[in-house]
Amino acid sequence: MPLTQIQKALDDPRLQKAVYSATGRLADGRRKTVADLPEYQKLRQHAHDIKQHTLEHLDTYLEELERSVIARGGKVIWANTAAEACDFVTNLARDRGVKLVVKSKSMTTEEIHLNHHLERHGIDAVETDLGEYIIQLSGETPYHIIAPALHKTREQVAEVLHAAPNATPEALTAIARATLRKKFLDAGIGITGANFLVADSGAIVLVENEGNARLSSSAPRIHIAISGIEKVIPRAQDLAVFLKLLARSATGQALSVYTSFLSGPRRPGETDGPEEFCLVLLDHGRTSVLADREKRQSLYCIRCGACLNHCPVYRKIGGYSYPWVYSGPIGKILTPQFAETLEKEGADLHASWLPFASSLCGACGEVCPVKIEIPKILLELRQESPKKREEKLAMRLFSWIMRHPRVYEQFRWVRKMRKLPSAGPLKAWLSERDLPELPARSFREEWKRRK
Amino acid sequence: MHRVSIFVTCLVDQVFPRVGLAMTEVLERAGCQVEFREAQTCCGQPAFNSGFQDDARHVARHFLDVFKGAEYIVVPSGSCASMISHHYADLFEGHHESRVWEFSQFLTDVLKIDDVGARLDRVVTYHDSCHSLRELGIRDAPRRLLSNVRDLRLVEMDAAQECCGFGGTFSVKFPEISGAMARTKIDSMLRTGADTVVSIDSSCLMQLQGALSRAGSNLRTMHLAEVLACR
Repeated sequence: MPLTQIQKALDDPRLQKAVYSATGRLADGRRKTVADLPEYQKLRQHAHDIKQHTLEHLDTYLEELERSVIARGGKVIWANTAAEACDFVTNLARDRGVKLVVKSKSMTTEEIHLNHHLERHGIDAVETDLGEYIIQLSGETPYHIIAPALHKTREQVAEVLHAAPNATPEALTAIARATLRKKFLDAGIGITGANFLVADSGAIVLVENEGNARLSSSAPRIHIAISGIEKVIPRAQDLAVFLKLLARSATGQALSVYTSFLSGPRRPGETDGPEEFCLVLLDHGRTSVLADREKRQSLYCIRCGACLNHCPVYRKIGGYSYPWVYSGPIGKILTPQFAETLEKEGADLHASWLPFASSLCGACGEVCPVKIEIPKILLELRQESPKKREEKLAMRLFSWIMRHPRVYEQFRWVRKMRKLPSAGPLKAWLSERDLPELPARSFREEWKRRK
Repeated sequence: MHRVSIFVTCLVDQVFPRVGLAMTEVLERAGCQVEFREAQTCCGQPAFNSGFQDDARHVARHFLDVFKGAEYIVVPSGSCASMISHHYADLFEGHHESRVWEFSQFLTDVLKIDDVGARLDRVVTYHDSCHSLRELGIRDAPRRLLSNVRDLRLVEMDAAQECCGFGGTFSVKFPEISGAMARTKIDSMLRTGADTVVSIDSSCLMQLQGALSRAGSNLRTMHLAEVLACR
């Protein structure tokens, strides 16, 4: 457990305030736009059902998707591992003589460390989402699924962009824009993720607010979309459900500023769009999550970030306390399930503490737009987690005492102790809180006297 | 007349007996015949939430044996009530538990009482405990009961629905995070100007009281049953 990282976050009042208020604003926005949608709860169930159906027939829909993409002139690349996905990109860049790549924000490419890979192969990759660009310039990783630079103050952003400390957000954006415009025009490849992959039409759907994803996918000669296999949905009309939920849950917008439907490269007679389109379908451990009937719903996630914004633990410990790119409640259930895959790649991942670092308050499950039962999955992961011998013994003892009321009643001797030994759980309790004064008599003793 | 079997929970039994006594008093005043089955202990939630299903199942079995034949089981805790009414089904396949009621819910939904005739001169803010709110859907019942207490003024805090940070073993496995969550909650409570925070779960109240006392605050904690027993 990265205790130092957690403690660092807890001890930084500026960070505490920034994260709490930014997530609070996103949560407020969600609450307001969701309230405008009378059919919200029905839509959540509908979205859940579509995802459930799709994942139960994932092979069929992926094959349909592949046929549709090819029919529209695109290429489909199946990548089992992070390395396969990264290699495809670098090989294509080498073959086409591309030295500059523009990227729009994508958690999937963060997951496979694509930028590092490109850099090692001498290819310049520039992030074009403003938050992601700031993070890239700072040499950091995304702090939040949808708001990568959520933890940065305006002053910090100004410093990164070499602007005056009192520069306005507009001025800062203008600086980034001036640099990025040129990159869009010079880049040979544009890389995006995908919010949805539509099986019946072969369309890639991108949801964003800055227009950088649209530019990344249309200005360069080649567009590569890299997506997890779980992003496929059966039909275009299913988007009517998901698009109503995604932006509302993420940022509190009824719809994001740009919603792009990209279906294949430029065809004869068309005036814009890329000359080549490639869709990389990434497994990277997803099929092993899929194999578990109970926990497979973790793959329903549409990456809105609502669970992070509502999580009292994320709001305290922040995005860098989690061991993988996915933080917050969704990270707590995804990371342990991907641990085996990631460890095979050599990642030194400590994920076993994650399912326990939750008060099980249930806020995440309540706001999840696709109704992933996050608390239930946390409990299942707790059950599966290997336990220490002393904890096993303690629980067995607890269970035995609670089945033997006469033994349980002996707790009165603990109550009568003048000073309790400050060790173990009691010590942990006292490190933050006082103990209540223990009563002279238990309820059962009072009850006997009462009669 | 309703025959009510109370399950006071291990925490109330051993640490907050006054909550059990207050609940008994309110139920009796409301015309219930109250019984306390002395073989009762715990619902098993500590083992269940720590990932020890088998150990939890043994405790749950004991609970079910003790409460065999009870018509209404009333509990001064949303969390323990939810453990029994929702999660016993995870422990025993096909188990359906409809006898268990959280105290405030029992008053408003079964007895159809919104006003118990209580009086307390306090400014109160209400803390929604997570399992009551999100697993049992209890939001209005305690607020309705509180708003009918004479001389009592109910003020809402902005973070009413945020977790207090207790979370059972979470509070001692991750004390730093748990404590930080409690302090955020307390800040919200203090902004209301209330002198008392009320909840329907003694575990949350133990967490909040412990953190308030550590912070040197004189804001007091009371279980809803204690408020409703005041005249």
